[in-house]
Amino acid sequence: MNNRWTTRRTPGAMSSQTTTATPRRLEIGRIGESVRREDAVPKTEGRFSYASDLWAAGMLWGHTVRSPHAHARIVEIDISQALAMPGVHAALTHADVPGQKRYGLEFPDQPVLAIDRVRYFGEAVALVAAEHPEQARRAAERIQVEYEPLELVVDPERATEQEPLHPDRPTMGHGYRDDPRPNVVRHLVIRHGDPDTPGDVAVEGVYEVGIQDQAFLGPESGLAVPDGEGGVDIYVATQWLHVDRHQVAPCLGLEPEQVRLHLAGVGGAFGGREDLSMQIHGAMLALHTARPVKLVYGREESFVGHVHRHPARIWAEHRATRDGRLVSVRMRILLDGGAYASSSTAVTSNAASFACGPYDVPNALIESTCVYTNNPPCGAMRGFGAVQTCFAAEAQMDKLAAALAIDPVELRLLNALAPGDTLPTGQVVRGSLPVAEVVKRAAELPIPEPEELPRDPIRLPGGAGNTTHGQGVKRGVGFAVGFKNICYSEGFDDFCAARVVLRASSAEIHCAAAEVGQGVNGVILQVARTELGLDDVTLAPAGTALVDSSGSSSASRLTYMASGAVQLACRAALDERDRTGAAEVDVERVYHHPRTWPLDPETGQTTGERSHVALAVAAMRVVAEVDVELGLTRVVWIGTAQDIGKAINPQAVHGQIEGGTAQGLGLALMEEIQTRDGLITNASFTDYLIPTTLDMPPVTAVLVEDPEPDAPYGVKGVGEPPTVVSTAAVVSALRDATGRPLTRVPVRPDDIVDLTA
Amino acid sequence: MRIELVVNGVRREADVWPGESLLFALRERLGLPGSKNACEQGECGSCSVLLDGSLVCACLVLAAQADGHSVVSVEGFGEDGALHKVQEAFVEAGAVQCGFCTPGLVVATAALLEQRPDPTDDEIREALSGNLCRCTGYQKIFDAVRLAAAR
Repeated sequence: MNNRWTTRRTPGAMSSQTTTATPRRLEIGRIGESVRREDAVPKTEGRFSYASDLWAAGMLWGHTVRSPHAHARIVEIDISQALAMPGVHAALTHADVPGQKRYGLEFPDQPVLAIDRVRYFGEAVALVAAEHPEQARRAAERIQVEYEPLELVVDPERATEQEPLHPDRPTMGHGYRDDPRPNVVRHLVIRHGDPDTPGDVAVEGVYEVGIQDQAFLGPESGLAVPDGEGGVDIYVATQWLHVDRHQVAPCLGLEPEQVRLHLAGVGGAFGGREDLSMQIHGAMLALHTARPVKLVYGREESFVGHVHRHPARIWAEHRATRDGRLVSVRMRILLDGGAYASSSTAVTSNAASFACGPYDVPNALIESTCVYTNNPPCGAMRGFGAVQTCFAAEAQMDKLAAALAIDPVELRLLNALAPGDTLPTGQVVRGSLPVAEVVKRAAELPIPEPEELPRDPIRLPGGAGNTTHGQGVKRGVGFAVGFKNICYSEGFDDFCAARVVLRASSAEIHCAAAEVGQGVNGVILQVARTELGLDDVTLAPAGTALVDSSGSSSASRLTYMASGAVQLACRAALDERDRTGAAEVDVERVYHHPRTWPLDPETGQTTGERSHVALAVAAMRVVAEVDVELGLTRVVWIGTAQDIGKAINPQAVHGQIEGGTAQGLGLALMEEIQTRDGLITNASFTDYLIPTTLDMPPVTAVLVEDPEPDAPYGVKGVGEPPTVVSTAAVVSALRDATGRPLTRVPVRPDDIVDLTA
Repeated sequence: MRIELVVNGVRREADVWPGESLLFALRERLGLPGSKNACEQGECGSCSVLLDGSLVCACLVLAAQADGHSVVSVEGFGEDGALHKVQEAFVEAGAVQCGFCTPGLVVATAALLEQRPDPTDDEIREALSGNLCRCTGYQKIFDAVRLAAAR
């Protein structure tokens, strides 16, 4: 049995390069142990093959021609000059798409290649394939596209009054509230109790969240290899192989079996690989040229090659009694979905579902609207709607604490949700939700003493820039709590398949789960070893050919779902062997989580027992220093307690919490895709900043293991809660240091210094 | 144009286009894809290699500039199938998730420990500030550097 890293560089029989890797045996690991990653050794050696490392004999390089306009009519496309260039084997347009011309994760509203108009900056218009990547780039420049610019829809507030970007309203008629305004992707209203109930105290605020990019380090890449019989194998970095195939095959005019997706090494995902990137394009070029074709995006192209976190504008009003009990929450959320729907309808409802935070709120009116614009398309990113509303809701809780002169932690404890309470969607919390416990555990973590001046400038705001000796530096302590759903919601028929080939003293597992760095392969092996009582268990490479879908590496769902599927299949294999006495048994099982129901389109109330499978909560305490004269910040320390159900691999859980925290800190302090008239102006790591070693403070994390009753081993997902809470917690600390409202993230130096005053 | 260089202790030749980076030559001409292509403008450190012993981003060096010089890439660490102590520490500390930044961090960490065998936490942070990681939040990378230094 090949281990996955030995097969990556040699897809099929096409490759002539091989690695010298010898499969290494793992140290033995059952669930609950901090097992070392199977892929860590080849990754540290540079031998692990990512999608961008793939190679095949006779391979061509593809390149994508992209729109320089955010909204324009296409008058004409001329490929003749490009085709005549040396080394160029293909130049393709929408006319060459063999099957359906449009695709989409949930709604097929996005053209494979732009047909008569482009709706965002960077939209794919044409493709080329050539012998050398530089030839392909130059040929792409020679494809002549005549555009006629159209009126821009770039202000989400005005979008509902402008000409529709999608007159056929692709997201309507799917059980959502029918909103006839132009450019509405989804409009959801959650009405709970009597939202007009007065309180003794009310606080109000308007909050804004910029566009965040997943900024995974491994750019979009893949290799498409024609099989010589009309079909194609696609080796790609993705989050969900089977849903890719579901979108790719119809556009190629092929049967699903003729399109085989194989997981290539994935250099991070964070939601940005849920939607297709090069899959159809690479396959079109490969089938057209009858040669393997590889596409690798550069960093600039990657910024337009995937969807982003929705930017948001949020108005909120919280009412409470004098002794600090929440009476009513009202919130209006406006999300900019960009040019195509992607997963925006689900983000719209997630933002609304978690808008009140993990608090017992008796009355609420939440209105969440997502619109189409000509801005960069938005979709899934770690936290999925809950990040935006957590930032607003937790700012409101701090504001309420100040208005009531109650300690912010005390206020949160007073209102903490608990099992038996009702969510604003009418769902009664039946599973685990230890809100008070995580709040207490995070609040009792000791914070570091203030450090004396003078000190090394590396430990001051501005850091290595040596901007201050500390004269204008103030310290603040912040706190926040966030929660979100684990697994897909609202009645989605979600499942995960696993197959076990069991022999006398060894087993082989098949599961299509996408290992994107989060560690799901380790989870699968730990579960299989535990269930089978065997050490010699291997995991086959993930693909669509040999096992059914696993569902996506999304929604913090795979630890739950893959554990369930592998546990089920292992137990079935053992039963089968007991029953038949066969030397080898081969069984596949499909695991379903407890059923969920849609939200009522008019009231936003759950139409069954529940709309979310499970919930997970995290609390975070942050110490920050701010140079209030220069507007520079330094986060000094982060302490967090997170509800994780059960840790399958504690070291990996800590890794997820630390990494998820860093992404939330990035949104709080520096990360924003900037646009002008829909055009991205900072598509590089020079201009779009992500946290470095100098930005991340030490993180102390407490794991709270309160088992989820319906889940295998009591697990919950762990990837998203730290990202949901950390943006809010970091800004809370900055507010404490500066006394300024800081209602927008990322917080800019101008906001801290308040140059508008 | 033809270049001749020593890569990971072995004399190599390559026929390169004058505009090609050392990173492209390593990955596509010399069969050494360990150095990664995450930004190709010197911001992320994923392509870190040693050029005559100095830490550089291979994406910012022309292949032609490496003519007659010595390059050590991530594939040049570790001997006889055994991991280099930095690689071993990264595996043990859980410093690897997606791993795309890991080759560059292994090279950068080895370069740091060569100059500062027992670095302070501030020195570690500053030395690795040119290596972006999007998965780990850096905590376990710091653990790995401290572990490697202790050995």
